[in-house]
Amino acid sequence: MDLLLSSFDILARWDVLIALVVGSVGGVIIGAIPGVGAAVAIAILLPATFSLDPIVGLTALLGIYGSSMYGGAIPAVLVNTPGTAVNALTTYDGYPMTQRGEGRRALSLAYSASFFGGVFAVVCLIFLSPVLAAIAPHFGSREIFLASLLGIILVVLAHRGQILIAGALACFGIWLNTIGLEPIQYSKRYTFGQSWLSGGVDLIVVVLGLFAISQAIVLLVDKNRAPRTGTLSGDLFQGFKELLRHKRVASVSASFGVLMGMIPGVGEFTAQFMSYTAARRGSKTPELFGNGAPEGLIASEASNNAVPAAAMIPLLALGIPGEALTAMMLSVFYVHNVVPGPQLFQNQMDFVIALYIALLVLNVMVVIFLLFSTNLLLKIIQIPTRFLGIIILTLSFVGVYSLRNSTIDCAIAAGFGVFGFILKRLNLPIVPIILGMVLGGIMEAKLRTSMMRVKTPFDMIDRPIAFILFLLILVVLGSHAWRMWKDRNSTENQ
Amino acid sequence: MSAEPNKAKPGEMLFVGLLFVASAFLLSQIGEQAKFSAKGKLFAQPAFWPGVGVIGMVGFTGLHLLTHMRQRAKAGLGNEVVIWLRALEFVGWFMVYVVLVPRLGYLPSTVLFTFLLALRMGYRGPAMLGWAAASGVAIVVIFKTLLGVKIPGGALYEYLPDGLRNFMILNF
Repeated sequence: MDLLLSSFDILARWDVLIALVVGSVGGVIIGAIPGVGAAVAIAILLPATFSLDPIVGLTALLGIYGSSMYGGAIPAVLVNTPGTAVNALTTYDGYPMTQRGEGRRALSLAYSASFFGGVFAVVCLIFLSPVLAAIAPHFGSREIFLASLLGIILVVLAHRGQILIAGALACFGIWLNTIGLEPIQYSKRYTFGQSWLSGGVDLIVVVLGLFAISQAIVLLVDKNRAPRTGTLSGDLFQGFKELLRHKRVASVSASFGVLMGMIPGVGEFTAQFMSYTAARRGSKTPELFGNGAPEGLIASEASNNAVPAAAMIPLLALGIPGEALTAMMLSVFYVHNVVPGPQLFQNQMDFVIALYIALLVLNVMVVIFLLFSTNLLLKIIQIPTRFLGIIILTLSFVGVYSLRNSTIDCAIAAGFGVFGFILKRLNLPIVPIILGMVLGGIMEAKLRTSMMRVKTPFDMIDRPIAFILFLLILVVLGSHAWRMWKDRNSTENQ
Repeated sequence: MSAEPNKAKPGEMLFVGLLFVASAFLLSQIGEQAKFSAKGKLFAQPAFWPGVGVIGMVGFTGLHLLTHMRQRAKAGLGNEVVIWLRALEFVGWFMVYVVLVPRLGYLPSTVLFTFLLALRMGYRGPAMLGWAAASGVAIVVIFKTLLGVKIPGGALYEYLPDGLRNFMILNF
């Protein structure tokens, strides 16, 4: 009880509440605008929160992280354009419903399913906390190294059809992270005699380049588009009643979201795919899936909205991000002197619970905001894409330049902007670079620490959790090799 | 389903090829650019992790090139490269903006940048140009005036009268 009171005490400040409102409402708006997305917004706003208190900055960015997918459903349902990438599956059933004249019903279902997914995941997070608090201290250097290695392997293997290039980009991220002064022996690595490279390449500069500047260039180079939407009349509450009729689909989908969210490198897409498949299998009308099935819409939205809270589990308990947004959130924590990992659960449990409560409150705030302001958001969706590109490019400057007022940082970010633009043009993944940078740094530090305490490589896995993680790595690699072999055989037989 | 796609997008092989060449160059420089002493464990060597990175880059890009070598890429490489080069124009705009901010000041540079870029992007109506300029003002007010992000005052502000100069340096 004391813990809970202490957590409420952390949150019960006017600046935290404002941050929560700004973050959650801002996240919905950003999510609703196709071509922006939470990654761009967090990258741009991260440096702007440096001067704020940790809990204020964190709740604002957490608000954007947790609420953008709510907004992303609006253009997905009404104009067949997902607001964020993870709302793509929502278009399958949401847009056909709109075409049938059921746009209001589809949107209402999307809101209620998103709300259910978000709250379900936070509740899971709260109930898992004691378990995490008990397990997390057993994660020493070697376990965190192995978990990071597993994370990076999963991130690469998750890019089916692009595994080789995803591997190359993850290694590029690992290499990027090593540029500059090496922390133990203080020797320079890959600086090519340039003093401006001695400090290394800042993760935030890379993130801003790869996500924000590249997206601005995409929007500026592409043809101008301005989605046209009508207005919605009537209340949007009916979806909550309808969701009760599909509670099994919602619960199963949210559970997939939680499970997949917890595994580094897996994330929303796999959760949605599994939920959608399960919902179709269990449906009495599977033929409707892809043509406007309410269960399909619920599966997509409940699962994708359960992921952000669940992805906080490895991030908070172990300090291991599972995807790009959690990697950015890790930077957010570091910037605000909060170091996620086993120590956080032991020493600052009230802070952790305050974050959970913030996540819960933001879900309530977002759904209230959406129920009353959807028509306003429909106007925002209509902003022309090139105009958005101008705004994102202007905002990118604040993000990069405010870090340390460095023109060189801006030039590096611009370079990564072009690199990211080319990757986006070629449909190649960006996320492995970011995770390579973050997890590469963690792996280097943890391997070095753990190798000081082991005599033979086998000592690395002589503790139960380390052994389980090692087995998981073998299982993941083995199952991938088996799948490749099966694919090759089936191709040859054809 | 095969593990790798059947047909590369135009420009993909060129991009991966360039990445391979850059990675091979970085690998060739590892002896010069990272320390590797005879003493100490392999994992503790400063060159170990850069080595993991560049060897991985060379290996994965090399394998990608090998596995895709026989596949014919879709036509349109020239067009694709032209689109890549068009991105450089906006990098140019961005860098000019970066250079102008410490000279003209954050507010004038931002309004000028959003207004001129809107013109460049084909907006001619007073409404859109007005929105572009207003967005510039809003960005400055939100980030510098309200959130207090660290962006230095412009050199041009030095020519303003005393009271106004301080006000502009602090807020815009």
